[in-house]
Amino acid sequence: MFARILLLAIGLVPITLPAAPQVHEFTLDNGLRLLVQEDHRAPVVVSQVWYKVGSSYEHDGITGVSHVLEHMMFKGTEKLAPGEFSRRIAELGGRENAFTGRDYTAYFQTLERSLLETAFELEAERMRHLVLDPEEFAKEVRVVMEERRLRTEDNPQSLTWERFNATAFLTSPVRNPVIGWMDDLENLRLADLETWYRQWYAPNNATLVVVGDVDPEEVHALARKHFGPLAPSEIVPPKPRPEIVQQGSRRLTVRLPAELPYLVMGYKVPVLTGADSPERVDEVYALEVLAGILDGGNSARLARELVRGEAIAAHAGSGYGLHDRLPGLFLLDGTPANGHTIADLEQALRAQVKRLKEEQVTVDELARIKAQVVAGKVYERDSVFYQAMQVGILETVGLGWDKLDEYVERVNAVTPEQLQEVARKYLVDDTLTVAELEPLPIVTETAEEKPDAS
Amino acid sequence: MPARSLRLPRVLCAALALFLAAPVAATPQIQEWTTSGGARVLFVAADALPMVDVELVFDAGSARDGTASGLAQLTNALLGEGAGERDADAIAETFEGLGARFSSGAERDMATVSLRSLTDPALLDPALELFASVVAEPSFPADAIARVRGQMQVALQAEQQSPGDLASKAFYRAVYDDHPYGNPPNGTQESLATLTRDDVLTFFGRYYVARNALVAIVGDLDRAAAEALAERVTAGLVSGEPAPDLPPVPKLLVPIDIHIDHPSAQTHVLLGQPGMHRGDPDYFALYLGNHALGGSGLVSRLNEEVREKRGLAYSVYSYFMPMRRDGPFQMALQTRSDQAGEALAILRDNLERYVAEGPTPDELAFSKRNVTGGYPLRIDSNGKLIGYLAMIGFYDLPLDYLERFIERVEAVDHGQVNDALARRLDPGRLVTVTVGPRNPLDG
Repeated sequence: MFARILLLAIGLVPITLPAAPQVHEFTLDNGLRLLVQEDHRAPVVVSQVWYKVGSSYEHDGITGVSHVLEHMMFKGTEKLAPGEFSRRIAELGGRENAFTGRDYTAYFQTLERSLLETAFELEAERMRHLVLDPEEFAKEVRVVMEERRLRTEDNPQSLTWERFNATAFLTSPVRNPVIGWMDDLENLRLADLETWYRQWYAPNNATLVVVGDVDPEEVHALARKHFGPLAPSEIVPPKPRPEIVQQGSRRLTVRLPAELPYLVMGYKVPVLTGADSPERVDEVYALEVLAGILDGGNSARLARELVRGEAIAAHAGSGYGLHDRLPGLFLLDGTPANGHTIADLEQALRAQVKRLKEEQVTVDELARIKAQVVAGKVYERDSVFYQAMQVGILETVGLGWDKLDEYVERVNAVTPEQLQEVARKYLVDDTLTVAELEPLPIVTETAEEKPDAS
Repeated sequence: MPARSLRLPRVLCAALALFLAAPVAATPQIQEWTTSGGARVLFVAADALPMVDVELVFDAGSARDGTASGLAQLTNALLGEGAGERDADAIAETFEGLGARFSSGAERDMATVSLRSLTDPALLDPALELFASVVAEPSFPADAIARVRGQMQVALQAEQQSPGDLASKAFYRAVYDDHPYGNPPNGTQESLATLTRDDVLTFFGRYYVARNALVAIVGDLDRAAAEALAERVTAGLVSGEPAPDLPPVPKLLVPIDIHIDHPSAQTHVLLGQPGMHRGDPDYFALYLGNHALGGSGLVSRLNEEVREKRGLAYSVYSYFMPMRRDGPFQMALQTRSDQAGEALAILRDNLERYVAEGPTPDELAFSKRNVTGGYPLRIDSNGKLIGYLAMIGFYDLPLDYLERFIERVEAVDHGQVNDALARRLDPGRLVTVTVGPRNPLDG
């Protein structure tokens, strides 16, 4: 029985995919991109507006401005009182919110299908008619500082990650946290937001993604009605600001009150954006699969060998942002198991990297990653929101939504030889940054002298 | 007229039928039966995607720990660490090689074991075969017990550096005291150290049995295939007995204030008391009653008072968490520690006023529109549906729970809401937990 299953596992059963859902593509005269995907499983629709702006567009002194502006987008427009946007959607039973990343700021509503027009009406209004009120701003920037305390200041791993990232990158804007540095938040001015809004919020810098129980032509007509009248802006793309070449490894220690040590390591790697040759495209998909070989499930190497096996790690992970707009890191991180040190863990992670360079991964391992990716393409269609997210991200980073269609095919084409090649080429010490969280005793008295970690 | 209507083209008839059906979201038909071994099954056919979700829900959460705190979670986490002749590596390899997703988890009431698979028989058959083995014949290897215990101990350490986790743990302890819900699901350092393989075997043998199990299935199967699947995944379970009733939750007799010193920038504030249970006669009145207070996200009263008016917190909310027995009512926020006293007072004042006065008629009408208007969103995916099946089955809710959801929300009147809030919430007997660098109640 075991043997039979193993044979199945190594790919003797080809997984066949249902046809990929079609994305209907429109561009309004003012430059707004509209992407509609039909999904008639349930009478719901998700509408997302994606702006090409995020923390990787920011410069020193105003870090976090994209995210603060996202908060202010709920605080009133020429026609809507503060909070009225949210009340209108809630009254219809809708769910709404927004999120900011390095490469995008996005706003979404999920509604019963017949209510889509309200979302369009409200989003069109705040795309061009936001009112930035000084009093609302003064309160909301404090809310964002609380958000930063919650997510970062009081979370030893997040704080370590932030310091690590700012050390790994010296000149690339990805070095800054999405939420911004506390001091920049404290010194942010309303004028900074006004400038940012004028600079980036325009139909020709946005993509409207609609997925659900809708007719694409009807959605197009609704979009023309509500977004069509909005004037476009002149959008000046951000300057390249590439990361300077790293010429030697970097290390940092973050000493904080904490219970657990934590290790994070990152190697400089390219991403799909800017992959300007077929060879480079092959490489980035190989890096994507390589992260899966290490951390693609409970049978992948880190879980099998570090968490089980040698039991050096309580947790170990790996990650790579194939679809980021700017070159990033191939990441490894972990927490040592009790009885093991950070040094043990680092040695074990480095041994994993060494092995990727010295030995080719087995056919079984590769087949398992591919099986999961292929099945995942079916599972992800259980969520209209996730489908819209994927379309929105790819479009907003400039790759185009149709890269989604290639994903499975590209992953399936990756070979053990390519995996070994990218490991040798990119997982090298000269571009490595390592951060270690060294726990200090959790003593409360120190906090009395330092009322705020900011 | 009848003669004319007979001549309507067939297509038009179909269109009319669709139009008539349109305003009401189609509620999925829940089918129910019992396996030969005595496990109850709830099934919804969903044929749009070639996939199936299966969830086994056992009444085997941490409320069953007794004095062995952490045992339910340890037992549950060990499923998948060895079954029959297979070790953890073989189990993970097989599921993942088939593109199947296996997971498990345990909280206070439920312990779940779940599988998501494609329905292609070449993939689904071996996935089910393994799933059945994992559920019925776990081997609980000694090295896996030691390792998983170690991971749970590390998780307890992580809790010590998280003010939110510290607050939550202290809250449950204070609200439930020595009721089984007061027992921390992830155990304590002391209890974890004492748990043995025998404890695990005994716990498994008692609670992971057919008559203590619910099987929830959503996916692209017909009834016959779903019946076969349910038989298959429960085939190895012994019939056993349902878990005994949990004791009722005693009311709090006095207010309890707890402060935990922690060197964080923010102070986490939790307020609450025992709330309501699943199937509670006051369920819809309290659910709607809480909605305007702190259950409606960005538009709730608490959000307005704490965040919108004063900029004191990023996240502020209240909820009832209905469980087998009265789960908690909780209000929460986090704020820079020098503002915690002010924020705490706002929470208390608002609760007091709200319990005395209830929502305004506008607020209640708004809540009803939000809840009924959002109904289609609750059931728009297989993933959400299986959650509802698990809940309906586990808590013995009526099978028409979803079908009648809107009607029952609409039926709640203002008097019922105010009455339920007044009877079920007592602002004079609250547990207050604060975690931060200074006790806001010290002034």
